[in-house]
Amino acid sequence: MSVESSSTSVAVTDGQSKNFRKPKYSRFSQQELDAWQPILTPSWAISIFTVIGLIFIPVGLASLFASESVVEVPFRYDDECLPPDYKDDALEYIQNDNINKTCTRNLTIKNKMKAPIYVYYQLGNFYQNHRRYVKSRDDKQLRNKASENDVGSCSPEDYTSTELGHKPIVPCGIIAWSLFNDTYRISSNNKDLVINKKNIAWKSDQLAKFGSDVYPKNFQIGGLIGGARLNESIPLSEQEDLIVWMRTAALPTFRKLYGKIETDIEVNEEVMLVIENNYNTYEFGGRKSLVLSTTTWVGGRNHFLGMAYILIGGVSLLLAVGFLLLYVMQPRPLGDPSYLSWNRNPGSLR
Amino acid sequence: MAEGRKRRIHFSKLYSFSCLKSPFRDGHSQIGNKGYSRVVHCNDLDNPEAVQLNYGGNYVSTTKYTAFNFIPKSLFEQFRRVANIYFLVVACVSFSPLAPFTALSIVAPLLVVIGATMAKEAVEDWRRRKQDIEANNRKVQVYGRNYTFVETRWKKLRVGDIIKVYKDEYFPADLLLLSSSYDDGVCYVETMNLDGETNLKLKHALEVTIHLRDEKSLQKFSAVVKCEDPNENLYSFIGTLHYDGKEYPLSLQQILLRDSKLKNTDYIYGVVIFTGHDTKVMQNSTDPPSKRSKIERKMDKIIYILFSTLILISFIGSVFFGVETKRDIGAGRYRRWYLRPNNTTVFYDPRRATLAAILHFLTALMLYGYLIPISLYVSIEIVKVLQSIFINHDQEMYYEETDRPARARTSNLNEELGQVDTILCDKTGTLTCNSMEFVKCSIGGIPYGRGMTEVEKALARRGKDRESEVDGGSSDFLGQNNEAVDSWHPIKGFNFRDERIMNGQWVNEPYPDFVQKFFRVLAICHTAIPDVDKESGEISYEAESPDEAAFVIAARELGFEFFARTQTSISLHELNYESGKKVDRVYQLLHVLEFSSSRKRMSVIVKNEDNHLLLLCKGADSVMFERLSQHGRQFEAETRDHIKRYAEAGLRTLVIAYRELDEEEYKLWDKDFSKIKSSVTEERDALVDAAADKMEKDLILLGATAVEDRLQKGVPECIEKLARAKIKLWVLTGDKMETAVNIGYACSLLRQDMKQIVITLDSPDILSLEKQGDKNALAKASLESIKMQIREGILQIKSAKESSDTNKGSSSGFGLIIDGKSLDYSLNKILERSFFELAISCASVICCRSSPKQKARVTRLVKLGTGKTTLSIGDGANDVGMLQEADIGVGISGAEGMQAVMASDFAIAQFRFLERLLLVHGHWCYRRISMMYPFLYLEGVEDILFSWPRILGWMLNGVLSSLVIFFLTTNSVLNQAFRVDGKVVDFEILGVTMYTCVVWTVNCQMALSINYFTWIQHFFIWGSIAFWYVFVLIYGYLSPAISTTAYRVFVEACAPSGLYWLVTLLVVVCVLLPYFSYRSFQSRFLPMYHDIIQRNQVEGIEIGLSDDELPKQVQGKLLHLRERLKQREL
Repeated sequence: MSVESSSTSVAVTDGQSKNFRKPKYSRFSQQELDAWQPILTPSWAISIFTVIGLIFIPVGLASLFASESVVEVPFRYDDECLPPDYKDDALEYIQNDNINKTCTRNLTIKNKMKAPIYVYYQLGNFYQNHRRYVKSRDDKQLRNKASENDVGSCSPEDYTSTELGHKPIVPCGIIAWSLFNDTYRISSNNKDLVINKKNIAWKSDQLAKFGSDVYPKNFQIGGLIGGARLNESIPLSEQEDLIVWMRTAALPTFRKLYGKIETDIEVNEEVMLVIENNYNTYEFGGRKSLVLSTTTWVGGRNHFLGMAYILIGGVSLLLAVGFLLLYVMQPRPLGDPSYLSWNRNPGSLR
Repeated sequence: MAEGRKRRIHFSKLYSFSCLKSPFRDGHSQIGNKGYSRVVHCNDLDNPEAVQLNYGGNYVSTTKYTAFNFIPKSLFEQFRRVANIYFLVVACVSFSPLAPFTALSIVAPLLVVIGATMAKEAVEDWRRRKQDIEANNRKVQVYGRNYTFVETRWKKLRVGDIIKVYKDEYFPADLLLLSSSYDDGVCYVETMNLDGETNLKLKHALEVTIHLRDEKSLQKFSAVVKCEDPNENLYSFIGTLHYDGKEYPLSLQQILLRDSKLKNTDYIYGVVIFTGHDTKVMQNSTDPPSKRSKIERKMDKIIYILFSTLILISFIGSVFFGVETKRDIGAGRYRRWYLRPNNTTVFYDPRRATLAAILHFLTALMLYGYLIPISLYVSIEIVKVLQSIFINHDQEMYYEETDRPARARTSNLNEELGQVDTILCDKTGTLTCNSMEFVKCSIGGIPYGRGMTEVEKALARRGKDRESEVDGGSSDFLGQNNEAVDSWHPIKGFNFRDERIMNGQWVNEPYPDFVQKFFRVLAICHTAIPDVDKESGEISYEAESPDEAAFVIAARELGFEFFARTQTSISLHELNYESGKKVDRVYQLLHVLEFSSSRKRMSVIVKNEDNHLLLLCKGADSVMFERLSQHGRQFEAETRDHIKRYAEAGLRTLVIAYRELDEEEYKLWDKDFSKIKSSVTEERDALVDAAADKMEKDLILLGATAVEDRLQKGVPECIEKLARAKIKLWVLTGDKMETAVNIGYACSLLRQDMKQIVITLDSPDILSLEKQGDKNALAKASLESIKMQIREGILQIKSAKESSDTNKGSSSGFGLIIDGKSLDYSLNKILERSFFELAISCASVICCRSSPKQKARVTRLVKLGTGKTTLSIGDGANDVGMLQEADIGVGISGAEGMQAVMASDFAIAQFRFLERLLLVHGHWCYRRISMMYPFLYLEGVEDILFSWPRILGWMLNGVLSSLVIFFLTTNSVLNQAFRVDGKVVDFEILGVTMYTCVVWTVNCQMALSINYFTWIQHFFIWGSIAFWYVFVLIYGYLSPAISTTAYRVFVEACAPSGLYWLVTLLVVVCVLLPYFSYRSFQSRFLPMYHDIIQRNQVEGIEIGLSDDELPKQVQGKLLHLRERLKQREL
C-alpha cells in the first residue's frame, strides 16, 4: 500500500540517487535495433516471380528427363498367378500347402535396362503403418543377444505356446512374423539373371539396430505361421530381407527392395519370371507386384516432381507477366494514401 | 515552541460552522452487541482480559499465496484454463496403454508450462512480499513498560499500545487520537491514500485526553475503548471511551486511519485500536478482479474451435477404425491376418469393434492433441513478459522529476493497449497537476499578467488566433517581458509575470489604491495558515484548497505577505506605497463568512489599523456582479470582458470586491449574526447564509483573478494525438461543473465551435422541490427532467447531423457535460440506454461531481455499451473503482497516493506517456500477440487484425498448406526409389522429409509476413531452420536406443538424396506462392495502413506512429513447428 510511496519520498529527497530508477539504455530495451524493412514493391515481386520461374523450369525439365530415362517394368501377379481353377477360391489356393505356388511368366522388356536393375516387390492395401503392427517389435531384442527375453509389446508373437515351452521368440512381434515370403527368380534365354540380395538394407540398420550375435529362435514354429521363416544360423544383421521388411512403410501401398540384378537387359529381351506366390494377400484384398527398375540421380521413375516444378515455374512466369502488365497499365505512386480504407469510403467511419 | 503552539491554539475554531462535540448517536446504544463487540484495553497490555481477547498483530500481508498454500493454490489457478485441464487429463491417460506415445512426451511439456507460469506467479508474489516486509518493518515509537517511548517495528504493534507519531509519518494502524502537539488536541491528516483528497482533514482529540501529552501523564493513563468490529466503512466509526469511570462517545473525529499521514502537526499520541488486517484500509483492499484481455478471451474461443475440430477428426477416424476393425474378422476368417485379429487386445478387437472404436477415439484425442497448442500459453506468457520489460524500460516514459519509469503491473493486458476505444480519465492529478497557479488578474479594468496558459500555447501552436492575447498587453512590452523571463524563477502556485505591478511597480499604475486593495483582499480573505520556516524565514501556506494557496502566494509575491494568523487577527508585511517602506499591519479578524457551494463566495470582516471596518469578498462572477453597489461598478464592463476571456483561456476566475462598513450597521448585524450562529435549530445554516447575505452587498468591484488549474506537461498534445487515433476521451471528475468545463477547454476537449449539451438538475423547479423535501416527488421530477434533457440532446444531434449532411458543412461536434446528480438518474436502468446513445454521439463527454462509485458505473456502462476496450486512467484512491472496472486501468504514479497504482494494470508517471503506451507499445504488443497464433499473424491497427475472417483465413491457410505439403511430398517420393542406389522411402524418411518442408515453410511464411527485420528476426527465423538440420544431425548420431527411428536418417538416407532437397524447395515455394502473390497484389492494390506507413517511412516521409519493430514471435514459430511435426510424424 503505502510502502512504495514512502520509498519514493526517500528517492526524491535523496539527491544523489535521484535517477536511480531511470531505465538503462540499450538498443534492445529501447527497441531501436537496426531494422531491415523489405518492401514488396512491384519490381521486387516481378523479379522474384521471374527468378522462381527461371530456376524451376530448368530444374523441372532436368528431373523430368531423368525420370523419363528410367526404365520401370511393373508386373502385378496376385491375380495373374492365381490358377484359373482357384479364381473363386483364392484363399484355399494360398492356404493349402499342398498346392504348388510356383508361377512362371514371360515378359518382354521394351527398353534397354542398364545394370544395376533393382528388383522390388510392391504390396497394395497392406497396412504396415497400422498402429498395432508398427509397435509390435522389440528393438532391444533385435540389437542385443542379452535382451532375448525382452519381448515388450510383441504379443501375441512374444512367446511360443505353452506346449512348446513358452520360450521367447526372436525376432518377436507381428512385423517379423508376417515377413514377406514370395520369392523371385528371373532368367533370360535360359540363363539366370542373378538377383543379388546383398546390400539391400540400410547399413545403419545392419550395424546398429540388428545384432550380429542375435540369431533367430523359436521363430515361426507352431501356432499360426505368418510369413517367411528365417535361417536360424544367420544372425539378424545379415537377414537383409527381414531388415528391409522391418523398416515399415508409411502408406498402405509400398515397395520394398528385393535385390539387384547386375547385368543389363537388352531391348526386347524376353525374361522369364519364376514367382513363388506364397504370401497371402488374398485374404485382405491386397495387391502384389514385382517391379524391375533402373535408377538415375532422382531415383526411380516418377514424373510428378518434374511436372510440379515445371508447373510452378510456369505459374510464376505467368504471374510475373501479369504483374508487369498491371504495373504498366495502372501505375500508381507507392504510399498513395487515397488507397487507405478510410479514404476510400469516407462515410464509414464511426 | 510554546509560543508557536499558543499562536495556533484555537485555529481550529476558524472552521466556524464545524461542530466539535460528537454527541452520542443512535449507533452508540449498540455497543457491546453483535458487530460492536470490540474491547480495547488502552495502555494495559498485561491485563488478562486484554490477553484473552487476542487480537491479531499489526503484521500485514498482501500476498496472494503463502509458503504453504502456494502449490495447491497456484495449481488450482493454472487448471482454470481449459486447455490445461485437457492436458492434465491427457497426461493422466497417457500412463494407460491407450496412449499413442510415451507418457513423458505429454507430461514434460505440461510440466514446463505449469512450472513456468507458477514461477512467474511466485516471482510476482515475492515482490508483493518484499513490499509487505518493508511496511511491516517500519519504525514507530511505542510507549513501553518502563514508561518511556521506545522504537519498535510496525508489525510488533498490538491493540492497546500507545504510540507517538511524528509529522509527515504514516499512521501504522487505526488509532484513537489522545492528544497532539497542539494544546487543543487537534491534528491535521492527509488522507490521500484513502480517498484521493489532497486537502488536510482536521481531527480532534477528546477533551479528557488532551492533557496526556508527556510520558509522565501517560503512565497513569488507563482506559477501555469499546467499539465496532473491524469493517470497511471509511466514513464512520462508533465507539465509546471508558475513562475515569465515565463514558465518552467516540466518532471518526478521533480516529486516525492507517495509511493516512500526519501533517502540519509536530506529533500526536494515539492508542492502537485496529491492527493489521483489521484496519479500515486493509478491510477496504479487495483483490483486484482478474482481467483477461480480449485476445485471450478470443483465444479461448479459438481453442474451443480447435477442440471441436479435434473431436471431429477423432470421431471420423474412430468410425473408420471401427468399421475396418470389425471387418477384420468374419465367417471365421481373419481378413488382415498380419494384424493377428484373432489374438489381440481390446483396442483392436474386431469382436468388440465398437468398444475398440471408442477407445481409439480417446487415443486419437491424444494423438491429435497437438492441435491444441499447449506451449502457446507459455509462448504468449514469455512474449508478454518481454513486452512488459520493454514498457518498463522505455526511457521515453521515464519521468525525471519523480524518478518514475512506467510500470506494466500485469502483463496479460499488453496487447489490449493497442485496441483501446475509449479512455475514461480522471481530472485532478491526471490531466492537471493539482496545483493552481495565479497567472492573470484584472485590476481596475486593466488586465495584468503575461504568463501563457496551456490553452493559449495550444492556440499559438495551431497558428490561428495569434492576436487573441488574453492579457491585453501588447507587443510594446515584449522587450521587458523577455528580461522578466530571464530573471524569473518558478514559484509553486505562482506563474504571474507583469513588470507593471511586480516589484512594487504597481504604485505607478493608474489606480494604485485599487491594486493595493485588491492584493490586500487576496492576503486577508482566506482560511490559510502560514508556516514560517525558522531558518530561512520563508513562509509557506497550508490552505484548504490549492486555489486559496495560489492567492495568498500571489499576494505575498506582490508585496502583501501574510505571515501570521491568530484567532482574531491576521498580520501582513505590507508595502506602504506612499513611503515605499515595508510595514507590518495587523488586521483584526471579526468574522469569516465561509465559502460554500451554494454561496459561491467567501468574505471576511476585518478592522484595520485605522479602525475602519472592511468587508473583503471574493466569489464567482455569477453571484458577485449582482452585489455591486451603484458606484462600485466603475470597471464592470472591462472586468466582465476580461473574465470572459480568462474563462475562454481555461482559467478559473474569481471576482474580488470590498466594502467599507458602517460601525453602527455592523454592530447591529454582529449581534444578530452571533445569535444565529450560536443557535442550534435546524435552519441554522440557512439563517447564517441569509445573515451573511445581508452584509455582502453594495460591494465595490476591485477586479478579478484568474488561476490556472495547471495541466500536466504535454496533456493537450497527447489528447490531440489520441483523438487523431480515433480514441474517445471521457473526463470523469469530482470537480465542479465550471472547473471541469474550464479544463475541457484547456485540454482541447471542448472547443469554442462545439455545441455543449449540459445535463443538470440545477433548474429552479428541481431546486424548489428539493427544498420542500418530498423525496418521491423530487426523484420523479428529476427523472423526468433528465429524460427530457437527454431526449433533447439526441434530437439536437440528429438535426445537426441532418443539416450538416445537406449543407456539406463541417459539423463541429457536441460536448456533453453532465453533473453527478443527473448522472445518478441517467445511470438507472430506464435511462441508461438513451444516455449512452447520447453520450457516444458526442465528441467529448465530461461528467462532473461524480463519486468514485459513479465513475465505476460510467466505466461499466461504456465497457458494456460499446463492447470495446475501455481504459481508465486516474491517480487517486477515488479512481480505484474505475480502474478496476475498466478493461485496462492505468494509474498515475506521480502523486503520493499509491492506491490507484496498486489497483492499476499499468502505472505511468505522467498523462502524456499514455500516448506512447497506447500508440507505440500497444500497437507493438497487439501485433506481436496476434502473430503468436498458429497460422495467424495479423496486422493493422483496428480490430481487423484479429477478426474472425482473418483467423479463419489463417486456419484455412494452415489446412491448405498442410495438404499441399502432404500430397506434394508423398507423390514426389513414393513409391519409386528415391535414391540412385534403389532404396525406397519408409515412414522414417518420409517423416523427416515432410518435417523439413514444414520447418522451411513455417519460417519462410513468417519471414514473408514480417515487415521489419532486425538481427533478432534474422537470427530466429533462419536460426530455426538451421537448428532443425543440426537437431536431426545430432539426434541421429545418438545411440539407436535413444534416437530409435531417427537414427542416422538424415545423414544416411536423406542428405545424399537429390530428391530430398528438390522436394524441400518445391514444397516451400509451392506453399508460399499463393500467399506471396496475394501479398504483392495486396500491398500494391489494397494496401493496409502499415504498408503505407512503412513505404512512406522508407521514403522519408514522417507519419509519426511506429518507427521500428522488434517482434519476438520466436516461440510462436517453434510451437508451430512442433505441432506440425507431431501431426506428421505419427
